[in-house]
Amino acid sequence: MVEFGEAPASHSLVGLRVGACARIVSVAASSADISAEMLRRLVDLGFRAGETVRVIARGPVGGEPIAVRIGTATFALRRQEAACIGIIA
Amino acid sequence: MSAAIADAPQLIALVGNPNCGKTALFNLLTGSRQKVANYAGVTIERKEGIAVTPSGRRVRILDLPGLYSLEPATPDEQVTADVLAGQRAGEGRPDAIICVTDATNLQLNLHLALALRRLNIPMLIALNMSDLAQRRGIRIDREALARELGVPVVETVGVRPAGIAELLKRLEHEWPLRRVTPDPQAGGAIDNSRDHAEVMRILTAATAGTELADTLSDRIDRVVLHPVAGLALLAVILFLVFQAVFAWAQWPMDAIEAGVAALADGLSALLPDNALRSLLLDGVLAGVGSVLVFLPQIIILFFFILTLEESGYLPRAAFLLDRLMGSIGLSGRSFIPLLSSFACAIPGIMATRTIQDPRARLTTIMIAPLMTCSARLPVYALIIAAFIPRQTVWGVLELQGLVLFALYVAGVVGAMAVAYVLKRWERGSRFQPLMLELPSYHLPHLRSLVIGLWQRVQIFLTRVGTIILSLMIIMWALSSFPAPPDGATGPAIQYSIAGYIGSGLAVLFAPIGFNWQISLALVPGLAAREVAVAALGTVYSLAATGDEVSGALTPLIAASWSLPTALSLLAWYVFAPQCLSTLATVKRETNSWRYPLIMAGYLFALAYLASFLTYRVALWWTGGT
Repeated sequence: MVEFGEAPASHSLVGLRVGACARIVSVAASSADISAEMLRRLVDLGFRAGETVRVIARGPVGGEPIAVRIGTATFALRRQEAACIGIIA
Repeated sequence: MSAAIADAPQLIALVGNPNCGKTALFNLLTGSRQKVANYAGVTIERKEGIAVTPSGRRVRILDLPGLYSLEPATPDEQVTADVLAGQRAGEGRPDAIICVTDATNLQLNLHLALALRRLNIPMLIALNMSDLAQRRGIRIDREALARELGVPVVETVGVRPAGIAELLKRLEHEWPLRRVTPDPQAGGAIDNSRDHAEVMRILTAATAGTELADTLSDRIDRVVLHPVAGLALLAVILFLVFQAVFAWAQWPMDAIEAGVAALADGLSALLPDNALRSLLLDGVLAGVGSVLVFLPQIIILFFFILTLEESGYLPRAAFLLDRLMGSIGLSGRSFIPLLSSFACAIPGIMATRTIQDPRARLTTIMIAPLMTCSARLPVYALIIAAFIPRQTVWGVLELQGLVLFALYVAGVVGAMAVAYVLKRWERGSRFQPLMLELPSYHLPHLRSLVIGLWQRVQIFLTRVGTIILSLMIIMWALSSFPAPPDGATGPAIQYSIAGYIGSGLAVLFAPIGFNWQISLALVPGLAAREVAVAALGTVYSLAATGDEVSGALTPLIAASWSLPTALSLLAWYVFAPQCLSTLATVKRETNSWRYPLIMAGYLFALAYLASFLTYRVALWWTGGT
């Protein structure tokens, strides 16, 4: 399994409330659907251990997708993508 | 100096992250001197233009698709990576790169700049949106940035020509640009965390100030992305676009039709009555008219799409609708093209260019004709007026209106079912990534809007127009030859090739209740759906033209068709591929005959099945045999 990180995560980004901030501790495949390329792309977009993320908004159905601020950019992630990002509050 | 100029770059690539303002910069650099085509073998748009340097030298500028990293994740990114590596067939390797960098989003953008630097192509950085960065409290030391990166940095503001002039001047004066010392890692695996450390080092050395926590974009997003307010706003926007495409386009469409009709009248008075006149009037002029009449809708629709896209709203709409569209294997981006298809499938299919995922784009193209386009209304109106009684049901609803609404719903449900089947068939349950950037909002630039609109109009008129026109002429020939024998009593079309095809089709269509008159009218109806009404008029030997036909035709078909036949024809029109213009557009947009043929095949099968079921159920219901 491909993994970029420093410590095992206590939660994933999926559980983060709108408006809340958290520090990324790991980026790892959350399920077999997530390919190494997809993980690589998350890292390319700036989702790295040590970075701070903030949830800007959630989609109207099932809280998906999740709009996440990382650095000065904002990305919309599907639930399975957000589940790859381990955080501590 | 002279040696340097003789050596000046011939082909410069504009490269940058998506949403970095690259296209606005490209429009400023090249103005109207642009050529839009596709990259060979793919449907990714290729934009090239000519820029003129201060000394009057012309250089080719290639606007490469935006990308986040040189390890491509989408077909667009693949094109950019291939061109930069000199590995794309038919494309020369650029002599220089202008790396467009969004100053408000420097951390993300610098990662790409570092990767581009490793390509060992002379490079210059355009630090774009520097004004916006300053307003947000980010101060960037341009000279420190240039020093740390080892490449020249020019500040540009996507809408102001001053930065562009500076960009071109620097390019010319500093040519040949110093090649960057190759990275010790070049050629080996690139360690992302090393790049990251380098980006952080450069940021520390060249920037100061922290971004204000709450930008204007954030405040707008609190409404736009809100689960309730955001959806309500989206509904209002979509309603306005839909209204505009229908209402605003009406008078220019009427004017174009009237103009073409007047021209036809004038010509018919001038020319002798022979085959040439018929070709000019019924083939060429009618063909040109049927193409031109869509132009107002296309311009209005693309005005809205380009505005929404440039302002940054379109990704938000995709965000709000992603889950809904995702359930049938599409993404939020498919929504606008599908909505447009209610006016006409042609602009809808052209609008699928905003969908990045090629499979989602193809699915959207495939189901676009199932959205009930405005050209089907005359046919629906004719049959409903003849067969559905004017009565009120449940106190308030008009039965005729209800049937019309049901036909629209049938199309949407059919489209969703087809998309769902395609999703199962094409990709199984494979997870589709989203990872969609929601860029800061921008006021759209008028110049970019005008250039974008003009390019759509050109594509429509030259590429689609020529195919549609030639198909219309073929249809004319099929309906006109051979001429009826002397003393023939039936309408002329009955003796033509189209007539023979029609009577052949009658055998095929008998099980779904169509008589030979209907089958025959379907043949010229292939050119454009509403032509079927005029063709029915011809078959029933009416001398009237245009709108008068349906008025006179209503009692005639009410008397000669059975109710199951009428309902069957309605079901047919919900699904059937009667419009060659749409198929021509699909051919143009997918670069192959494969998809228009698949589309025609599946729509035909679906229409036949729907009509068959409708006819049989209606027969059983009315107690027929």
